[in-house]
Amino acid sequence: MTTPDGFTEPTQWLIAVRDRRDRAAFARLFDHFGPRLKAMLLRGGLRDGSAEDVVQDVMLAVWHKAAQFDPHRAEASAWIYRIARNRQIDLVRRRPAVVLEELEEPPGNEPDAPQILALAQEARHLRAALDRLAPEQVQAIQKAYMEDMPHSEISRTTGLPLGTIKSRIRLGLERLRHELKDLKPE
Amino acid sequence: MSAISHHIPDHLIRAHAAGQLPHHFAVVVAAHLSMCDACRAQAEAEEMVGGALLDRLAPAALQDGARDRLLAALDSAPPPPPAPRRSGIFPAPVMQALDGQPPRWRMLGGGIRQQVLSADEDGSLRLLYIPPGRAVPEHGHNGLELTLVLQGAFSDSEGRFGVGDVELAEDDLDHQPVACPGAPCICLAATDAPLRFTAFLPRLLQPLFRI
Ligand SMILES: [Zn+2]
Ligand SMILES: [Zn+2]
Repeated sequence: MTTPDGFTEPTQWLIAVRDRRDRAAFARLFDHFGPRLKAMLLRGGLRDGSAEDVVQDVMLAVWHKAAQFDPHRAEASAWIYRIARNRQIDLVRRRPAVVLEELEEPPGNEPDAPQILALAQEARHLRAALDRLAPEQVQAIQKAYMEDMPHSEISRTTGLPLGTIKSRIRLGLERLRHELKDLKPE
Repeated sequence: MSAISHHIPDHLIRAHAAGQLPHHFAVVVAAHLSMCDACRAQAEAEEMVGGALLDRLAPAALQDGARDRLLAALDSAPPPPPAPRRSGIFPAPVMQALDGQPPRWRMLGGGIRQQVLSADEDGSLRLLYIPPGRAVPEHGHNGLELTLVLQGAFSDSEGRFGVGDVELAEDDLDHQPVACPGAPCICLAATDAPLRFTAFLPRLLQPLFRI
């Protein structure tokens, strides 16, 4: 799924949407992320019908906010994950999610190819690290990132002791972090 | 802003990235992430994990016509409202909590002012204004308290906290923050449980000021 310049295909589609308002690329983004977003929202406790509506909302936000996408800092999946997670918080808490301040690019800033490539490489390491984890570890991490539940809830729904879950998340993420530590920009 | 020396601990950054932080703490963490490069990078790294997990979820089939419905809506759907913006010393997440308005201070006595931004069964979020040399009454904590400095500085038994610094106070800490000389200290504080005041008078005023 990686193109010669280091972008994943979805990242390349999102850049085409950002730069050219490319509807064919947007349709491909939808085909890839729509069903995955629906799966995430269903895990978060939405019913089928409202999950469909929220997928539409999230993808419309992707279309409207594409100008803010910066491949130096994120892949398409991470950026779309953030939009979806904020929408999930809006609905679950019934109050708008707290949004981070948008970072303004200094005018005339050229794309920094080595940095983009380095990020893409880190992201590949991250995916490889996820592939190496035990299925229960991935499951615990997915619960933490997808279901908006405090740790005590994770313990209740899987029937595993809280301490085990916490250390699983931590161990799993520590391994991920190891892969991720070079991601911090200077 | 390289002068920041007290950061958000990793587990809170992770909880924020995963959408797990209660609202009051989320505002303080988001405000710090708007002021601190290092923590912002860490949060965005965490979101890469979220994205990688999204990518590998088993797809759930969408209803027929979902894609056509979306493409048809691209031109007609109103764009989302503009994101909140920083204003003066207040980063965007604080302006969001202030509904875009400047703070409306209430006197607490001793020159100290506050504005409660929200308070409910999960805790509270407030802005505090402390004139130089003035102290917040000594208190302990029943849960977690996060305090982010937006202007000036304060110091207590844990050290000195300047603009962008966050103090994390838990059950085991009793402290008496004192504003440093210079500009008045303005900070954003979130708690998930009422504070425990050592002296009688602040205890008496506690319900009144929802501290
Ligand atoms: Zn920081
Ligand atoms: Zn305190």
